[in-house]
Amino acid sequence: MAQLVCQNLSIGYDGKAILNDLSFSVNAGDYLCILGENGSGKSTLMKTILGLQSPINGKVMTGDGLRPNEIGYLPQQTMVQKDFPASVREVVISGCHGRCGFRPFYSRKEKELADKMMEKMGVGHLSKCCYRELSGGQQQRVLLARALCATQKILLLDEPFAGLDPKVTGQLYELIDELNHRDGITIIMISHDINIALEHASHILHIGKNVFYGTKEEYVERGAWHMLVGSGGGKE
Amino acid sequence: MNAIFSKLTMYMQYPFVRYALVVGVLIAFCSSLFGVMLVLRRFSFIGDGLSHVAFGAMAIATVLKVTSNMLLALIITVVCAILLLRTGQNTKIKGDATLAMLSVGALAIGYLLMNLFSNSSNLSGDVCTILFGSVSILTLTQTEVWLCVVLSVVVVSIFVLFYNKIFAVTFDENFAQATGTKVELYNLLIGIIVAVIVVLAMNLVGSLLVSALVIFPPLSAMRIFKSFKGVTICSAALSVFCALIGMLVSILGGTPVGSTIVAVDIAAFVLACIIGKVLRRWCA
Repeated sequence: MAQLVCQNLSIGYDGKAILNDLSFSVNAGDYLCILGENGSGKSTLMKTILGLQSPINGKVMTGDGLRPNEIGYLPQQTMVQKDFPASVREVVISGCHGRCGFRPFYSRKEKELADKMMEKMGVGHLSKCCYRELSGGQQQRVLLARALCATQKILLLDEPFAGLDPKVTGQLYELIDELNHRDGITIIMISHDINIALEHASHILHIGKNVFYGTKEEYVERGAWHMLVGSGGGKE
Repeated sequence: MNAIFSKLTMYMQYPFVRYALVVGVLIAFCSSLFGVMLVLRRFSFIGDGLSHVAFGAMAIATVLKVTSNMLLALIITVVCAILLLRTGQNTKIKGDATLAMLSVGALAIGYLLMNLFSNSSNLSGDVCTILFGSVSILTLTQTEVWLCVVLSVVVVSIFVLFYNKIFAVTFDENFAQATGTKVELYNLLIGIIVAVIVVLAMNLVGSLLVSALVIFPPLSAMRIFKSFKGVTICSAALSVFCALIGMLVSILGGTPVGSTIVAVDIAAFVLACIIGKVLRRWCA
């Protein structure tokens, strides 16, 4: 069975669906990019997958040894975090709390995991620094390390690198590629940048008026990106 | 100096002064611990709203002539905190408006009730006491002191046991929920504890000044320290220190307890701002 299966999924707010009858599955090691215009329901889809809101219809299932709370998540920055006094290490290790259950404190193993992930993301030397004083790129690395503490299997990223300069963005995409290729971590990423999607992803899910799901090659072959260009042009 | 010291020892012989000091320190400690989290989650106003609710509850208790005002106020405030968090979950604005409604509503009804039904000769004095806590801390009964001690121990042990969860939920609620933490449960727990703290703190500084006790020490600590742990520890220490100084000054100078403590807190905040600025310049 695939790691993540969405079956006849309808999503939206307050009983009003924005997307109907969506079905797709993600296998271990895939790199799925979710494309769509603003308001097409990308973030809602992600929240539904993460279990932050319940689907109106259909279901999200996990399989292949993946438990529902083993999905790592790289959110968009919230206001709260902008002036939150926390050291990098505190932020990273908070990724482990999901596996604690009702145990109140972190075990040595979890502390070691946090240290390892900080090294891996290249923020080990910053571990005592204050999170809010880091650059945008460094903050994203810290959040990635936290997500990796929560899971080693699947990562969800919600327009992760909006507002960062191109050089930093490039480095971060390389880092994600590396996680995908070398460690076999499944990646699901929301983006509105079709070029990024075509460059990095293996599969593409395009949502909006027309829905497409398939490999990147099929997407290119079908000329499906016209959907984005076409529908975007039609609106204006 | 010697005169001050002998005056203090003289006061210390009275049990009610000792009670006041013990209770004051405990309350300052608890309120600053959870204050850090409230400030960071932009929940500062929940403490304020709940303190007004507690005022209304106190008024009802006074009218009904209940033997233990504090217990009744505690129950009503906790119920309100739960209701508040329940309705606040749907949308942000709704929660905000409910809070404002509840807080002014409780204030108005409380005063109205006291005015209509109280046969106290000094009504404005009573109201003033509840609002600003001027003398109430010195009139604590032994039961209330024990209630206060037990609740403080409960609050602190919950904070220690759930420290990591509280950090995770405060820093990033969505992430915590996605990775399997029952966020709603913790929010409920936090709401109840805040209600408990508010009612406890009302004895010390009065209902209008409760927020100051909750907000000033964490904000001061945040000027200086950069990690969550550092901020929490510094805030607790600062709060206890300010409360002690405030209480001693008020005993010696005969000033109202609540406002003196808050004044010391403000002074500490200004000092912390300066220290923070100097440290930053020094480091850069």
